[in-house]
Amino acid sequence: MTQWNHRKANVGDEIPILTLEPISRSTLAIYAGASGDHNPIHIDIDFAKQSGLSDVIAHGMLVMAYMGQALTNAVPQSSIQQFCVEFSSLTQVNDILICSGKVAERINNNGQESLTLNLTVHDTKGNQKLNGNAKIIINYH
Amino acid sequence: MLERSLIGKTYPPVVFEVEKQRLRFFAKATGQTDPVYLDETAAKKKGHPSLLAPPTFLTTIGMEQEKPYQYLTDLNIKMECLLHAGQEYTYHVPVHAGDTITMVSKIADMFDKKNGSLQFLVFISIYTNQQQNIVAEAKSTLVVRKEQV
Repeated sequence: MTQWNHRKANVGDEIPILTLEPISRSTLAIYAGASGDHNPIHIDIDFAKQSGLSDVIAHGMLVMAYMGQALTNAVPQSSIQQFCVEFSSLTQVNDILICSGKVAERINNNGQESLTLNLTVHDTKGNQKLNGNAKIIINYH
Repeated sequence: MLERSLIGKTYPPVVFEVEKQRLRFFAKATGQTDPVYLDETAAKKKGHPSLLAPPTFLTTIGMEQEKPYQYLTDLNIKMECLLHAGQEYTYHVPVHAGDTITMVSKIADMFDKKNGSLQFLVFISIYTNQQQNIVAEAKSTLVVRKEQV
């Protein structure tokens, strides 16, 4: 992985954008298996319709995993101290998700430098799916 | 209205062995391409003892208990009314294949919004490895919506 240089990052800098393949029913079925989250609202359209939805919806944790991938593409995983998100709207089948992150602050606390990244996931229509932040510790060794 | 007397209820510990195959399956299911999540040799070259668990992997541990949805019964919530509203992790120690992680979860809070039409349920989970080190803490916020929205 070509890593973004978080050590030199400044406020306003953006991590490389990660654009995913469209969400498919297979994506959701495979994530259900891998995560152990078998809630039928993600995999069974009959159950989803009975629940008042028009179709199955993606697992929020799948969307967060994609955001996590954008983060670990940019910084070593060991530098991530906190990773916090809110799920702002439902992710549907066929949505194309775009994960982005921007440096909101660079802090030096008694010599320990850290970054706060603001994180968002949108679809290609501009609907926000997730927003959050991550605290990244900067080590020089 | 959720039964607020259950705030503070702690669920039995869940002990989970982190296996290479499961980590690979999870990495593939979430589109990971970085070899530290997929190829043990590549992970070792990067200084890891084995495959690294990605940042959101720990949440899968909660699904491995005998009755992962016991709290729905305890709180009389229909599964179809449940949505994940937010998730937070604080990380202390990396998790790798070969680790044994013990998760302890408790109901930390309940609150409502929009005159009670949205009920929120907050879990805090603590994950400890086989060396008794806390590897991470997580806070999950779930929302219970009214039926037929």
